Amino acid sequence: MISNIPPKKTRMNERPAEIRAKDFFEVTLGYDHEEAVREAQRCLQCPKPKCVEGCPVGIDIPGFIKMIKDDDLKSSAEILKKYNKLPAICGRVCPQENQCEGVCVLGKVKDYEPVAIGRLERFVADWERGSPLEEKGGIKLNGFKVAIIGSGPAGITCAAELATQGFEVTIFEALHAPGGVLVYGIPEFRLPKSIVNHEIRKVQDLGVTVKMDTIIGKTIKMETLIDEYDAVFIGIGAGTPKFMGIDGTDLNGVFSSSEILTRINLMKSYEFPETDTPIKKSRNVVVVGGGNVAMDAARCALRIGAESVKIIYRRTAEELPARHEEYLHACEEGVEFLWLSNPVEYIGDEKGNLKYIKIQRMQLGEPDSSGRRRPVPVEGDMPVIEADCVIEAIGQTPNRVLLDEFPQLELNKWGNIKVNEDTLETSVKNVFAGGDIVTGAATVIEAMGAGKKAAASIAARIFENSR
Amino acid sequence: MSYLITKKRKIADDEFDIWIKAPLIASSAGPGQFVVIRSHDGAERIPLTIADSNSETGEIRIIYQVVGTSTQKLSKVECGEYIMNVAGPLGKPSEMCSQKKVIVIGGGVGIAAILPIVKALHRLENHVVTILGAKNKDYIILREELDEYSDELIITTNDGSEGFKGFVTDILSNKLENGFEVDCAWAVGPTVMMKAVSVIAGINVFPVWTSLNPIMIDGTGMCGGCRVKVDGEVKFACVDGPEFDGRFVDWDNLTQRQRQYGDEEKESYHKCNLDGY
Repeated sequence: MISNIPPKKTRMNERPAEIRAKDFFEVTLGYDHEEAVREAQRCLQCPKPKCVEGCPVGIDIPGFIKMIKDDDLKSSAEILKKYNKLPAICGRVCPQENQCEGVCVLGKVKDYEPVAIGRLERFVADWERGSPLEEKGGIKLNGFKVAIIGSGPAGITCAAELATQGFEVTIFEALHAPGGVLVYGIPEFRLPKSIVNHEIRKVQDLGVTVKMDTIIGKTIKMETLIDEYDAVFIGIGAGTPKFMGIDGTDLNGVFSSSEILTRINLMKSYEFPETDTPIKKSRNVVVVGGGNVAMDAARCALRIGAESVKIIYRRTAEELPARHEEYLHACEEGVEFLWLSNPVEYIGDEKGNLKYIKIQRMQLGEPDSSGRRRPVPVEGDMPVIEADCVIEAIGQTPNRVLLDEFPQLELNKWGNIKVNEDTLETSVKNVFAGGDIVTGAATVIEAMGAGKKAAASIAARIFENSR
Repeated sequence: MSYLITKKRKIADDEFDIWIKAPLIASSAGPGQFVVIRSHDGAERIPLTIADSNSETGEIRIIYQVVGTSTQKLSKVECGEYIMNVAGPLGKPSEMCSQKKVIVIGGGVGIAAILPIVKALHRLENHVVTILGAKNKDYIILREELDEYSDELIITTNDGSEGFKGFVTDILSNKLENGFEVDCAWAVGPTVMMKAVSVIAGINVFPVWTSLNPIMIDGTGMCGGCRVKVDGEVKFACVDGPEFDGRFVDWDNLTQRQRQYGDEEKESYHKCNLDGY
């Protein structure tokens, strides 16, 4: 009976806001065994589970949760692994409220919260990291070679899927560390890099080679990969930061979120001068945007030591695209929000350093094509606020490095790679693509879904070619 | 990853000439392109222009000046030792011309960057006038090699210890006044030098390719830290450049942005010296 079920999710412990906002250690602590079992007992075990449909990789969610309830964590981990190669990561960074938890039947009951599927996924994955499943014996190579460009979530997933099936897989990564956005984008306090490294090591244990410092199109030509491999998968991510392009963008103190996050996450500049890459210590930081990246940038700025951090977003809290948890964490840690606001000009001092931001206040008008009410300027309402650092987190456009060097790839009107939606094959035969370079900036799990789907098409295509 | 330093030579008080084993880069590097080097764990990623490459031996040549923490630490890696990361070749190769009259100007350590350009121009049967400038004769590097590929080589030093006393711009103006009909030019060196050459190119209406060196992190268009203003448009030096026609570059903005981490650079260099590097 539903009346026996607690209406709220089992609380997950977090480190106190005033302490965690000063360091880069993980914010949330995860469930212990007892909490996980208690939460698992909230699952209704629906005969027609909606949550599975809500999951981009179709995890058997009631299945793995039942095994937690039955105290068979090994089986639970096995179920998860069958669908999702990176559960420790997804349990932490998936926007569950828009996916599995958003459609959870329990959550539809008045006053009830959905089952905390993400937290349970993380619990099982973390348990498994401590007590690894027995690996199947050595994988027999099938003689086919696949090249994967980019070691982010799409690339790692595609590689793991193919390697398990006996393909000889090589991942090419442009940066000096593997993981893509998981390493340069998502901060340590939200996704510890030790977890990412663990997952990458496991992919390497499957026989996958990861080559760093290799920019396809520059270090190795795309044509060479096509010649030397039976298939190629492009998972190079979203790429290049957008700027609003307003007056004053060239002032010192105006950054893209990509630069700030790369300095902090990839280059570990929060340990400067122990590490060599510096980060500007600013007093009044303003972040522009309302997505997860904006939350990450703002929370990083606090941790670097800013006195005040404001997020300005042109709509309201209700339209905020960030994960709800990230928004709450940001508020608890002391990030302020200026709703219905948009910067229109950056104003500097005589040395070219940012001093003020002129803001246009907005109000919500008629719904636009996305169904959200469109923000429209309130005439004459243009306050000026002080800031010595502004971080624009307003999205990305496709990175052109590979695309320019290999113009044979057909692109869509946004400049993303065009693919066959069923197979993820591009306009060039035996070349597949998935993740943000195809969809524009999306989520980790969607990129993984694409990597998995591409792996299936690649295997099918290679076997077809070899007949 | 790790990359072997195969040769190392100190060519001036604070300048080093090294060859690094990096076969993939050696076989695809073009004039004007650069690599991003990260010498050890915890090091910065720093962009350095490729001064030469040998696809047969799989080596690339980098000539650099010690200007801060990263180059100081790099300078401690000896021949036979390894550095952690070398990525490239990055940026667009120089836009070459053939059978033209070309002036190529190198200032200070920027002389290293013009070597592959001068070589390629020579191969394409251009008439190449090379002008080298430095503070004194010790910093006039690669003289013999550049002489071999140049139709004319002119040297200037600030103190007159070699060649003409003065600046590269004096020689350039002089050349133009004497009726040298230049089709296009290159200038690589300190920002003030590139700016001054660009002003002359603007007045005399010829294109001058300058290699911009803003602060960079990834070098692949990912962070936007290296953005520069060219002809009113925002460009990323790492992927749209590094070479731009200097006549259209907003030099003051570049200088302002280069200074962005001045305090931190000093702090880091101080620590680097205290740490005994």
